[in-house]
Amino acid sequence: MSVWLGMPPFPEAAREALADTQLRANLRAATATIRAKRAAVVAERSDWEQLREAGRAIKDRALRDLDTYLLQLEERVTAAGGTVHWARDAAEANRIVIGLVRAAGADGVVKVKSMATQEIELNEALAAAGITAVETDLAELIVQLGHDRPSHILVPAIHRNRAQIRDLFRREMPGAGEDLTDDPVALASAARAHLRREFLTARVAVSGANFAVAETGSLVVVESEGNGRMCLTLPEVLISVVGIEKVIPTEADLEVMLQLLPRSATGERMNPYTSIWRGTTPGDGPREFHLVLLDNGRTTALADEIGRDALRCIRCSACLNVCPVYERTGGHAYGSVYPGPIGAILTPQLRGPDPVADSLPYASTLCGACFDACPVKIDIPRALVHLRTKVAHPATEQSTMRAAAWTLTTPRRFALARRLVPLATRFARLPGPWRKWTHTRDLPAPEGESFREWWRRREGSP
Amino acid sequence: MRVGLFLTCLNDALFPAAGKAVVRVLERLGHEVVFPAGQTCCGQAHFNTGYRRECVPLARKFLGDFAGLDHVVSPSASCVAMVRENYPELVGQSPPVFELTEFLVDVLGVTDVGAAFPHRVTYHPTCHGLRLLDLGDRPTALLRAVRGLRLIDLPDATHCCGFGGTFAVKNADTSVAMGTDKARNVLATGAEVVAAVDNSCLMHVGGLLSRWRSGTRVMHVAEILASAP
Repeated sequence: MSVWLGMPPFPEAAREALADTQLRANLRAATATIRAKRAAVVAERSDWEQLREAGRAIKDRALRDLDTYLLQLEERVTAAGGTVHWARDAAEANRIVIGLVRAAGADGVVKVKSMATQEIELNEALAAAGITAVETDLAELIVQLGHDRPSHILVPAIHRNRAQIRDLFRREMPGAGEDLTDDPVALASAARAHLRREFLTARVAVSGANFAVAETGSLVVVESEGNGRMCLTLPEVLISVVGIEKVIPTEADLEVMLQLLPRSATGERMNPYTSIWRGTTPGDGPREFHLVLLDNGRTTALADEIGRDALRCIRCSACLNVCPVYERTGGHAYGSVYPGPIGAILTPQLRGPDPVADSLPYASTLCGACFDACPVKIDIPRALVHLRTKVAHPATEQSTMRAAAWTLTTPRRFALARRLVPLATRFARLPGPWRKWTHTRDLPAPEGESFREWWRRREGSP
Repeated sequence: MRVGLFLTCLNDALFPAAGKAVVRVLERLGHEVVFPAGQTCCGQAHFNTGYRRECVPLARKFLGDFAGLDHVVSPSASCVAMVRENYPELVGQSPPVFELTEFLVDVLGVTDVGAAFPHRVTYHPTCHGLRLLDLGDRPTALLRAVRGLRLIDLPDATHCCGFGGTFAVKNADTSVAMGTDKARNVLATGAEVVAAVDNSCLMHVGGLLSRWRSGTRVMHVAEILASAP
């Protein structure tokens, strides 16, 4: 999985984001709106907890026998006239897609918003091969025009407000007039006019998938704008890049998933467009269909007993929208296409150790709001703590934690250390790493009798 | 009833009043409190920071310190959650620990502990109390029964204050940004006191309120419940 070059570890990246007051205001407004919408539609369902449990069970069943379901999916897709490709990593997946686009004789593709292709940095690979990729999802288009990074799984341009988007369109979008206003309808119309030409001329489309049904070989994309439907039906060649964890056993499982996903994601009872396709159909839709099944670290995650729970994720973003850390830092601070709580457990597993990935399991207070919101019940705090045991710990922290454990294992050592506390708290600034506390916060300075003195005095008295 | 007090290392070092308050409340209700003097720390900071191995001896020690007690009560939701949620996996068992308000309401069946505290109070439900222990309205039911106390709703009450153990130091800037929002919400209530069932979170929010010289105090719920008429 790609590393965002030049990204510092989370605490440092967060500091920069926190200083951006416009960003914080944009995020607060956007996440608060989605939170409220989600809470309302979830509250409508008296069986929400049963739905979550069913969602968890379906994904667990698929992951438990992943090999079986993937082979079944391959067989059904092939039988329906599609071609299945297996990609071990990002480089292999990109190579396959580039080869397919070239074979189609095209020099450009239209894209449906897809996290998998973001993860493997397909757009960059296509550009290097001389192939233009046009994002057709409005928010992805905003990110692409701004030469920017997505900062949210579902709302990639959440960090931008309307005025910023208007300025961007005026500057970067061919045909967007100087008189373009920041009215959402005007912005959407400008994007629609711009994209319509792309849809009608593109010969190749690239999509991801929300679900892949093993039983039938069907792929499913859930979206709000209709751009996905355009990409999936108009071009001659359709290439879908799908993480292997997206497989679900049966079509009946969609009944659960399609209730959980829109409510958790956009706070809607149902999303406007749900497209399901299978192989090719003569005279209707793409003439060629290719499914690229992507591993890219997923089998490594699958081998980890606790970490594998992250593979249940259906990319709804509910955890981002309730996360108090995400709300203040935004997505870029996570240095990965998967930000927020789920990113903090998914990224280190897909990417392997590096300073950014090692900082992510600590980008949480373990408050548990993400676990409560997750439609497939991923115990994100538990996974965070588990991954914290696996990362490289700084030497000073290791010695501090070990010394603390040593002190705390006997009451005598603890009593000695405790006697130093009132002394230490008398200083307005503490030394070492603790300075980060006293820089902005006071410490309580306990006066008078300690608990133990008080207790002994009472016990001693008749 | 004979009840063991698990003070917690943070309360022992910085908030002795919370422990004294638990003793006063339980004795006022006619129960005997024992304080195993060898107790130190449950190991939560180690566990949550990724030092699982270092946590095991602390957990074993805890089992020894509180052996033979049918009820162990603590003024810390997060330490109780640590023992209850993680000890079974770490050392194979979990002693019968209760957070004070759940012990009062669930085990003793009491909501009026006979306290009086004529002040405006707002309540911050700490994350571990709210989500791991599922304390619900137990703490507020106890506070509402206190004579003279006026309980004021805290805006965005269920949002994390940003303490998060070592998060407060490792991600100090984000922690302070969250704490600042929490402290501002506290000030917006006009309450004289913000109460909670975890002194760790109160240390963080109170540290900001104190630095701002706001005059708003933080108090453990136990201290309010211990206030005599």
